[in-house]
Amino acid sequence: MSAPALATRGLAKSFGSLVVARDIEIELPKGVRYALIGPNGAGKTTLINLMTGMLQPGAGRIFLDDSDITALPPEQRVRRGLVRTYQINSLFPHLTALESITLAVCERTRAARIWWRQLNAYPHEIDEAHDILVALKLGSACHRLTREMAYGQQRLLEIALALATRPKVLLLDEPAAGVPREESQELFAAIAGLSSDITVLFIEHDMELVFRFASRIIVMVGGRVLMQGAPHEIANDPQVRAVYLGNTPAKILHGPRHG
Amino acid sequence: MAWPGVARSARLLGINSSGASSMLPPVFGVLFDGLAYGMLLFLLSVGQSVTLGMMNFINLAHCSFAMLGGYLTVTLMSRYGWSFFATLPCAFVVAAVVSVGFERTLFRRLYRASELDQVLLTIGIVFISVAVAAYVFGTDQQPLQLPHYLRSSLTFMGIRFAVYRLVLVGLALLITLALVIGLDYTRFGARVRAAVDNERMARGLGIDVDRTFAITFALGSGLAGLGGALAIEIVGLDPSFAFTYLIYVLIVVSVGGLGSISGSFVAAIVLGISDVAGKYYIPQLGAFLIYLVMISLLMWRPLGLLGKR
Amino acid sequence: MALSETSIDPQLYLVEQTRWRPAEIVFWLATLLPYLLFPNYLSLASQIAIAALFALSLDLILGYAGIVSLGHAAFFGIGAYTAGLLSKYGWGEPLSGLVVAAFAAGVVGYATSFVICRFRHLALIMLTLGFGLLLAELANSLGWLTGGMDGLQGIHTWKLLGTFPFDLYGRAAYAYALAVLFVLFLFTRRLIHSPFGLSLRGIRENFVRMPAIGAPSRAHIRTIYTIAACIAGVAGALLAQTTETVSLDSLGFERSAEVVVILVLGGAGRLYGGLVGATIYLIARDQFSGIVPQYWYFWIGILLVAVVIFLPNGILGGLAQFTARWSRK
Repeated sequence: MSAPALATRGLAKSFGSLVVARDIEIELPKGVRYALIGPNGAGKTTLINLMTGMLQPGAGRIFLDDSDITALPPEQRVRRGLVRTYQINSLFPHLTALESITLAVCERTRAARIWWRQLNAYPHEIDEAHDILVALKLGSACHRLTREMAYGQQRLLEIALALATRPKVLLLDEPAAGVPREESQELFAAIAGLSSDITVLFIEHDMELVFRFASRIIVMVGGRVLMQGAPHEIANDPQVRAVYLGNTPAKILHGPRHG
Repeated sequence: MAWPGVARSARLLGINSSGASSMLPPVFGVLFDGLAYGMLLFLLSVGQSVTLGMMNFINLAHCSFAMLGGYLTVTLMSRYGWSFFATLPCAFVVAAVVSVGFERTLFRRLYRASELDQVLLTIGIVFISVAVAAYVFGTDQQPLQLPHYLRSSLTFMGIRFAVYRLVLVGLALLITLALVIGLDYTRFGARVRAAVDNERMARGLGIDVDRTFAITFALGSGLAGLGGALAIEIVGLDPSFAFTYLIYVLIVVSVGGLGSISGSFVAAIVLGISDVAGKYYIPQLGAFLIYLVMISLLMWRPLGLLGKR
Repeated sequence: MALSETSIDPQLYLVEQTRWRPAEIVFWLATLLPYLLFPNYLSLASQIAIAALFALSLDLILGYAGIVSLGHAAFFGIGAYTAGLLSKYGWGEPLSGLVVAAFAAGVVGYATSFVICRFRHLALIMLTLGFGLLLAELANSLGWLTGGMDGLQGIHTWKLLGTFPFDLYGRAAYAYALAVLFVLFLFTRRLIHSPFGLSLRGIRENFVRMPAIGAPSRAHIRTIYTIAACIAGVAGALLAQTTETVSLDSLGFERSAEVVVILVLGGAGRLYGGLVGATIYLIARDQFSGIVPQYWYFWIGILLVAVVIFLPNGILGGLAQFTARWSRK
């Protein structure tokens, strides 16, 4: 088997005495659709922050395509294909949708360093941005200011921004957070329709969506990986059930087992 | 109207001659004058530090309240014949009350606004205060007739100290002590600390942060008003005061760390001593050294020496 | 800027954005009016053009990249002293003086940008303030070079292009300042509509998100800070060359504060904000300070408070809002 698209080795982080990530070992093979689940405060978003460089780990290493990226700043990791979205919209309120995506595309093609030529000298970048928006069904809203877009459209724009960087590994932090049920189905359908070259890890609380769209599942509790495995393994695991029923025996918290 | 340069080297240099005796090696005199000057800076800036730490509100008009205190003292003494010490509580109270008026009507609209808006609004108030002061009192330095005993000096272990500076240092130490004790041992102090540490959490615990802030704001501005009154004898008073000392206050606050009383205390003393020393020993550099120290400190610790966030 | 019509082709839309609007053409034609209507006020007009250029340079960092600077006069002053000293020591050719001044300011801007790009918020404001104060103190200390409190004397600017002398009425001065302003405005306008300009707006809108789309924000900030420093240097040099004197207040805190006021009054991040702001500010100051200077600061203070409370986007922002509301009816 080829090298995993993304892997962590012994990743750990604590704030003072609060341990938010402990000895995290995960491997994402190329092209898979992974779900990351766990109760609130399990450290899921922290893990994404660690992997993308928004937080510095206390210990451990992160590998992208077998190369160690632990010391790289966030924007360099993005350049190498490790990209995230945010649970709470983090967009450009006074840019239009098209401008936002064009911005991201230009950063990727390095056109963004050019200050002596006007944007209309870059039709390819603009076309690509437009295509991304059309693919996510945002074509009709492309000249709308971000802050005037509907909430569901803004969630899609989050994903569009990430796609504009041509990710190899895409980390989606609750892409459907706050979106009504029927819309979140569509949103996940869009995610499922992404190129199979892209490895996807998504955080999601809705188990129906998780079991429908994920090929493998990682369960986190208390800053640890409780187990990982195929959906049916996870669904039938008594430990996971115990965690989700809120009735967690001490044994589980202190003795994690890798699936 | 041109404001005098930010550093008024000549005047500060003058401190030394009226400070400790010239019979001693100047280093003691410089240290003592620097300490007195630092205490003054502390009084002027401690309120700014606490309110900045609490609400993240950049109030550049802080020294306008100090100036108000100064002009009040001058007016009460020269026009109504009050004694110097009787005017000090007045300077405190009036500065506090006026500042709370501004806080209620203008400042509170901007707690969530960008720092640019805060800077602009409060600098606008500085402009207004400078113009009003110039209109009412003229642009000249204000004369201050201190009682005779305050103008004399004491000899202690062969060292002569100016009485006024001794009083100033003593008063500032008392206030610092009161602040520290008040903050550590009273219910109100606990609320203030909670609000500085984590405003959202404090709100969640049912602390009325707005009210706490308004009272803290008044207290801080009152101390600035008191500082303004006490400053006249040392640095003089004219309409440019609000700008000149604003910069010193900002340096103290940003070097000491937002919301940290002890940080402001340390920073004010360091700044006071190094400013006086710099101007005494290397007058040709002027305030250059101070700014250099400030920039280096900020680059080294952007949150200040004792900043928590 | 946003159009609700959804059918517009994305390429056309961007072409549309960069197209010259009639109001812009009228604005620039109007800058020639002082020659016809106010021939006695040409000196004031050239002051306005210089202040507008200075505010334009600040707009690049404050309005577009969201970097609040309280020390921008440092670069204005460096430009002014560079051009002044160059002329004092024998080279009074104005155009090359501008280039040298821009270079000097740019070098200092580039050096400080490495610090500036690492900070945000209060620390950034304090650092820009600190750098400005540091430089002002330095100029004060180096009295043998800068003339200290008395200002730099003995500047003589040669004829413009070897033919037009700078006269007392400011005829050549205004033409010169206006031409430089226009050329650098074209440059700035182009920059704003470049991919880099888009990135700057991204930094202003959401600094935290930029690294997550792979943007080297710090490098962008270094670039724009250097460019803005160069333009501010040119503005300073213009002032030195047209007035043939440089004083310490060309790099003081007051000038830094003033240019922020001018820009915000006109409207930051709107390209024309600094130009409109400079025009209104300087004409008003000329009218008011004729009586008593202190009054002027009173009104400026009132104006600032009013702008923040009632016109958060400046005069141009207010106008845009007004016309938008009016056209919707």
